[in-house]
Amino acid sequence: MTAVVAEHDDHHDHHDHGPEKGVLRWIFTTNHKDIGTLYLVFGLIMFFVGGAMALVIRSELFEPGLQFVDPNFFNSMTTMHALVMVFGAVMPAFVGLANWMIPMMIGAPDMALPRMNNMSFWMLVAGVLLLASTLFMEGGAPSGGWTFYPPLVFQNGKSFPFAIFSVHLLGISSIMGAINVIATIFNMRAPGMTLMKMPLFVWTWLITAFLLIAIMPVFAGAVTMLLTDKFFDTSFFDAAGGGDPVLYQHIFWFFGHPEVYVMILPTFGVASTIIPVFARKPLFGYASMVYATGAIAFLSFIVWAHHMFTVGMPVAGELYFMYATMLIAIPTGVKVFNWTATMWKGSMTFETPMLFSIAFVVLFTMGGFTGLMMSVAPVDFQYHDTYFIVAHFHYTLVPASIFILMAAGYFWLPKWTGNMYNEKIGRLHFWLSAVSVNILFFPQHFLGLAGMPRRIPDYAIQFADWNMVSSIGAFIYGFSQLLFVYIVIDTIRGGTGEKVSDEVWEDASKHSLEWTVPSPAPYHTFSTPPARIPTEHF
Amino acid sequence: MSEDIGQKNTKLVRKLALVAIAMFGFGYALVPLYDVLCDLTGLNGKVEGQAVQEVAYQVDNSREVTVEFLTSLNESTPMLFRSEVKSMKVHPGEYYTVNFYAKNTTNMPMIAQAIPSITPGLAAEFFKKTQCFCFTEQTFAANEEKTMPVRFVVEPTLPERYKTVTLAYTFFDNTNISKK
Repeated sequence: MTAVVAEHDDHHDHHDHGPEKGVLRWIFTTNHKDIGTLYLVFGLIMFFVGGAMALVIRSELFEPGLQFVDPNFFNSMTTMHALVMVFGAVMPAFVGLANWMIPMMIGAPDMALPRMNNMSFWMLVAGVLLLASTLFMEGGAPSGGWTFYPPLVFQNGKSFPFAIFSVHLLGISSIMGAINVIATIFNMRAPGMTLMKMPLFVWTWLITAFLLIAIMPVFAGAVTMLLTDKFFDTSFFDAAGGGDPVLYQHIFWFFGHPEVYVMILPTFGVASTIIPVFARKPLFGYASMVYATGAIAFLSFIVWAHHMFTVGMPVAGELYFMYATMLIAIPTGVKVFNWTATMWKGSMTFETPMLFSIAFVVLFTMGGFTGLMMSVAPVDFQYHDTYFIVAHFHYTLVPASIFILMAAGYFWLPKWTGNMYNEKIGRLHFWLSAVSVNILFFPQHFLGLAGMPRRIPDYAIQFADWNMVSSIGAFIYGFSQLLFVYIVIDTIRGGTGEKVSDEVWEDASKHSLEWTVPSPAPYHTFSTPPARIPTEHF
Repeated sequence: MSEDIGQKNTKLVRKLALVAIAMFGFGYALVPLYDVLCDLTGLNGKVEGQAVQEVAYQVDNSREVTVEFLTSLNESTPMLFRSEVKSMKVHPGEYYTVNFYAKNTTNMPMIAQAIPSITPGLAAEFFKKTQCFCFTEQTFAANEEKTMPVRFVVEPTLPERYKTVTLAYTFFDNTNISKK
């Protein structure tokens, strides 16, 4: 056993006998699979918390006028929905996948820094609880938008410093997680697992981890400046003291734009893992996928001000950020064509993970196209801060990141549990999701183009019809996700009763190492390095 | 072997932690960088915070530039604040004086700071003030009303394409901050 844990911690001397019993197993665990499970379960719970907030929003917007909640609470809901989904659901879920899969994919016994791994998970929980506590504070939860723009953010009540500290905790947790991922990939790869033989999920996570280390500290700095502006009389963003509120927007989006790729790059990685297995072909253009990921990551640092076209910039600035943003379409297009080419003439079968992945390719491309529309600075003046942008980023997050997380769940559940999930209910979940997500978000394009602003609890009656359609879609989508919870629990308890093979999916072991270990994956895998490195993905 | 990996990990973690700390610093470094960039390029319409010496220019009577005045109050600053005129036509190179009136509407003393901004931002460098209430903090006694002159000139080098220049002032109540 090469695990570093065993040397320094007597507590884990009996690790060869499997996990501890009882709840302490989960609190003190340093096992990458346990921590992965914790992250995934936490992410799923937060997905429903954030989803419930979204349903509050869609209920209020079902009809014009104020029905259910007061405007301040409505604004809290839009703000908290974003924060919970980004920092509580999507990011932790991908960290969970990274924990579970990266060591198994590169033939390592565990993550490089198991105890730090435990700490980053519990810090995440602390951060999210702190954030959730603001809901019960005087003045309500943060309601100035997840971007925390000053001076609006200073109007939050007691919740303001708590939200900032929560961001600090979430940031530290992400940075530690990212350091762990990099250390694992750099130092723990099995002999023969060269960088260019790594599965693409590992590659995308490696690049994501570098993004996180570069941006989370900048965000921490920006919110710290907000904190000192409010309580210690600094004037970073206060014009009265010589500061500039626009400066905050620059710093925020220097973080914020790479942040959206933190959520989408691992998505690309999972899609690139699933599609070849069900197309029964190697991934088309492996190397170009790696370089495209790198290119997207690099470009993400130099396009931030496209979020600020209407804030005021000289023409030269608008043009630069416009063209730089359009460049991102090239590596992203490379990816979309590669996925399509992987499917081309493949012996495709349409199990649930593949269905979600194909829907991802189609619907993410639509989200990408609206992004391209908005990169055009002069027309962005029409789209800015309307429901069009809401539709755009939800298309890149819900039928992309969330769909792929669901796909990943179906894809690896048999490996995690040793049981097969119920394919029929899985497909029902897929079709309900794929149809309702479009009922939910597609009309928002129309609303945005017609001029409906985002973040408002009430609207002009001309927007009534499409809002109603969108809300109906939201409820179908929201409640159909409960099917996923049912399937996960059912699969853990035995699923269809059919015992799955080690490779679960036909020839999956040619693609990646995790399919060479038994199902369910034993508590400790690759205590000795694998004998053979799969090279199917070339 | 595990000793090896342990050392390698420690080294790598140390480097990566340094990167993270450096990026935290970079966030702060963006503040002066932004100011320098705006100073160099004049992108954000910030104007000089100090009076300039009055120098005589060759007055360009052949063209007129409209100068507009905007007054506003930050959040709930308890003041009345207006300019004598809403706008005026000026010849580049000639000096003008325009009066601003501000009143403290509370029965407490107040310290306030006016922040100027010029639109379009790139015209800011051609707009010079020899006298302005915005250069220092203004102290108001309870209910005091003040007349505050601004003396300015639009430089003749102002490019032809700028026909209108807007000068906006926002008053900020700094009483609590400045007392400390």
